[in-house]
Amino acid sequence: MGKDYEVVIGLEVHAELKTETKIFCSCSTAFGAEPNTQTCPVCAGFPGVLPVLNKRVVELAITTGLALHCEIPELCKFDRKNYFYPDLPKAYQISQFDLPVCKKGFLDIDVKGQKKRVGITRAHMEEDAGKLVHQGDITTTPFSLVDLNRCGVPLLEIVSEPDMRSAAEARAYLEKLRSMLLFAGVSDCKMQEGSLRCDANVSVRPFGQSKLGTRTEIKNLNSFRALERAIEYEARRQIEAVEDGEEIIQETRTWDEDKQVTRSMRSKEEAHDYRYFPEPDLPPLIISREWVEEIRAAMPEMPEQAQTRLVEGHGLPEYDAEILTITPESLSFFDRCVQDYPDAKTVSNWMMGEFSRLLNQNNLEIGDSKLTPVHLVQMLQAIDDGTISGKMAKTVFEEMFNSGKSPQEVISEKGMVQISDSSTLVPLIEEIVKANPKVAEDYKNGKEKAFGFFIGQIMKATKGQANPAIVNTLLKDILNNIE
Amino acid sequence: MELYELTVHELQALLQSRAVSSEEIVKSILARIQAVDEEVKSFLTLTEEQALNKARALDATGNISGIAGIPMGLKDIFCTKGVKTTCGSRILANFVPPYDSTASRRLDEQSAILVGKLNMDEFAMGSSTENSAFFVTRNPWDLTKVPGGSSGGSASAVAADEVPFSLGTDTGGSIRQPASFCGVVGMKPTYGRVSRWGVVAFASSLDQVGVFSKDVRDNAIIMSIIAGHDPLDSTCVNVDVPDYTSCLDGSVKGLRIAYPKEYFGRGVSEPIRAIVKRALQKYEELGAIVEEVSLPHSEYALPAYYLVAPAEASANLARFDGVRYGYRDFEAENVVDLFSRTRDQGFGDEVKRRIMLGTYALSSGYYDAYYLKALKVRRLIADDFTRVFADYDIIASPTAPTVAFPVGEQSGDPMTIYMNDILTVPVNMAGLPGISIPCGFEQGLPVGMQLIGKAFDEATLYKAAYAFEQNTGFHTMKPKLGVR
Amino acid sequence: MALTIKEVEHVALLARLSLSEDEKRKFAEQLSSILDYADSLNAIPTEGVEPLTHILPIQNVFREDEVKASMDRREILANAPLAEDSQYKVPKIL
Ligand SMILES: [Mg+2]
Ligand SMILES: [Zn+2]
Repeated sequence: MGKDYEVVIGLEVHAELKTETKIFCSCSTAFGAEPNTQTCPVCAGFPGVLPVLNKRVVELAITTGLALHCEIPELCKFDRKNYFYPDLPKAYQISQFDLPVCKKGFLDIDVKGQKKRVGITRAHMEEDAGKLVHQGDITTTPFSLVDLNRCGVPLLEIVSEPDMRSAAEARAYLEKLRSMLLFAGVSDCKMQEGSLRCDANVSVRPFGQSKLGTRTEIKNLNSFRALERAIEYEARRQIEAVEDGEEIIQETRTWDEDKQVTRSMRSKEEAHDYRYFPEPDLPPLIISREWVEEIRAAMPEMPEQAQTRLVEGHGLPEYDAEILTITPESLSFFDRCVQDYPDAKTVSNWMMGEFSRLLNQNNLEIGDSKLTPVHLVQMLQAIDDGTISGKMAKTVFEEMFNSGKSPQEVISEKGMVQISDSSTLVPLIEEIVKANPKVAEDYKNGKEKAFGFFIGQIMKATKGQANPAIVNTLLKDILNNIE
Repeated sequence: MELYELTVHELQALLQSRAVSSEEIVKSILARIQAVDEEVKSFLTLTEEQALNKARALDATGNISGIAGIPMGLKDIFCTKGVKTTCGSRILANFVPPYDSTASRRLDEQSAILVGKLNMDEFAMGSSTENSAFFVTRNPWDLTKVPGGSSGGSASAVAADEVPFSLGTDTGGSIRQPASFCGVVGMKPTYGRVSRWGVVAFASSLDQVGVFSKDVRDNAIIMSIIAGHDPLDSTCVNVDVPDYTSCLDGSVKGLRIAYPKEYFGRGVSEPIRAIVKRALQKYEELGAIVEEVSLPHSEYALPAYYLVAPAEASANLARFDGVRYGYRDFEAENVVDLFSRTRDQGFGDEVKRRIMLGTYALSSGYYDAYYLKALKVRRLIADDFTRVFADYDIIASPTAPTVAFPVGEQSGDPMTIYMNDILTVPVNMAGLPGISIPCGFEQGLPVGMQLIGKAFDEATLYKAAYAFEQNTGFHTMKPKLGVR
Repeated sequence: MALTIKEVEHVALLARLSLSEDEKRKFAEQLSSILDYADSLNAIPTEGVEPLTHILPIQNVFREDEVKASMDRREILANAPLAEDSQYKVPKIL
């Protein structure tokens, strides 16, 4: 069942724009403040108050549009979206209807080597709503409490074309979009803090059918995993329904994380009719081409540009370049390393190998790991000058990762310094050879493994700290020089 | 002459020559209110204590300039920090704003003295002040008649010598029509001239703050103070504000005055047409050029207005939901009921009617046919004015089609009431300045003449209004209110 | 353009007004006559006419992104008919 059906997915992403103040008033946008301490008559929707647009919001919206290869129309305006809800003080949201700030862009994604271009329909500026919490025990309390701190926090709603065909593609799109927003520096994209939110429009249709099936909108997708699971579940649900000859109802559904199912959110009152009309309190915006170019010129390096730089400038393979440019943190970590340690491939190997292994293990982001680029560089140098062996390095690295200590500290604490000087090694080797005349004999008679036996003994005697390369040459001489 | 009878500029002279103190003026005003407001009923709230304290403090400082020490009244639509602001509605009966409107704050900072908040049609929706949730205000010239509306209390208070001047708002005629009915000067400046911050919104693209006064000079004095850019209102533009009193030279020589034939047509009572025509002759005698013109889309302004204004109002009044302030129904057990019951009980008949109309005009399937169509017609109306103003300095007409009508007469059919706005609404639709000045009497009731100006050219309106006033003197007539 | 009671009920729900039966009947009738009056606009041809949304010829009115103190929470809550734990109180959202 299911294999004869195609899943069609479009995403609506709300990204909180990184500003100091709200979109229409000067209240702070800082996260986690005491309830209603970041409110004023404007964002609390008092009588007679008026909105004044935060210029930074428009700049960040344009920046995002450029990052997503969007058109930035000359004319753009705000509209009122009317609906009643206790977290929406004015009972209308100031948003953009027919003249959004960005339109017609795209995002290139990659699912297991499969490249794909997802269209972006539009991106528009709007204000966030407040927060509703149940008072006390949700099952018994007759009340909800309203906190308006988040009212008026600037959002950019980014709407994709229905171009995705699997949960994996949808996830890849959201991950790529997040990375783009982070590189562009327009949003913190913290899903757990709600600064990146995603709704998915899902429908199914038999392969070959061009007409789209009836879609449902899934809300409350607070993680990449939730997005993937929810779409998989919803697609299965719809296909089963269709196969049982049922009709799919166009509706909004919510993802139930505990039960891992989507549930209908229909409520009979909700005769939805938003009655959009132009916001009379805000004059329209004329976005001059000069302004757009100023913003373009000031834009930070985006992943594609960085990848070219890594491949052409540092001679890295495409694959490495793509992995290292997934987040701005990993790119800047790499860049800071190669400043002092030009062997880019070695840096890349350690980052993609040990580093990402340990990050995944402790599920951390590069940002919150204790390891610094300086320490990694010092460690690599220690390998090169023979202070430690590549094998020791793995231990040193893990310790640096866990403790944030410098390689020097770790090496001396663990007394890991490699023994390389012959003055120490020669007497020790001679002693071991003398103590095993029989084996030395075997060696002379061409028994190769006899050599390995001596190496093992030497390493044992030096607790593995002897420099293998040097031991090798010294041992050869000594064995060859006995009568 | 009693102090309460004087104009702002007369009081200024007395104050600055130390002939009287601010406290004496305030006391005289409060006594006058005591004497007549029981019958006129202009005030919803009085702030005697506060007013007397401020006057005394001001007298103590001894530095009195500008309008310092002059009493004022505010339409109860202006938010006043710490003073109840009801907007004439049950839903805001106990609302005490934590902020001031910009217009009232500017007067307050110049040490004008607030004596009270004035009655109005609920949320400024009406033309008689009969839609106040609290009581009906009477016309000082005939207590059986309405004062007009929606700023009825602001007009009646000035006409009855309860305050030397007051502020009102005008969305479709709410300053000019009551000024006409009460025989006072009422100016609605250009849209964007005075900040709307802190003024409870009715129709945001039409609302504008203005001044009621006993004569043109007073009006110019107050307008010079409240007009001008405000960073809190994105539609309040940064255009220089002249000292409007400096253009009051009494001359209209060569001034080009147009009168639109559509504004003297059916619907406008015969005596009023005659009185305003006589006023136009006066202008000719004074050396102005007076010619008839046509504003062809005039008759469509009213139907367009009654789609645009209610549509905006339906959104502006949606915030009154019983959650953060105002009246609340405590029986409701879910939010839909909380909102619906609170609003049904908190709003009056006319307000609900306009919310319903506006919601319908914006609802899917009707947006294009009604709201969008009205916006296109609005463009045509504005273009009519632009065409005429290419050749003329001002446009003159009656302010209202009738004189003040009896209380209760029009409380029946809404359409009849809406017709009161037929001559004032086009000016709001075009965002232009308009002033109403007394120009005669009909059966003992005042008749107003409306002068319409180019955008941001209030100065020419004051100039023309002043010349007429100084050469006629209707503004000196006062209603006979029984002082007992 | 005669409005049915059903239409009035739909609009009343959108506007969150719990109208009495009398009000519904009255509004159905009054709104119908106002809309008939509004229909007179159809007499004017408006193809190609730009709808007038903003009367002033101004654009790009901005504020700088600088934090100003919010209002004291007690002041923001002072007018609330029902509040608790410094938050506004409403019937439970299901
Ligand atoms: Mg949105
Ligand atoms: Zn705020």
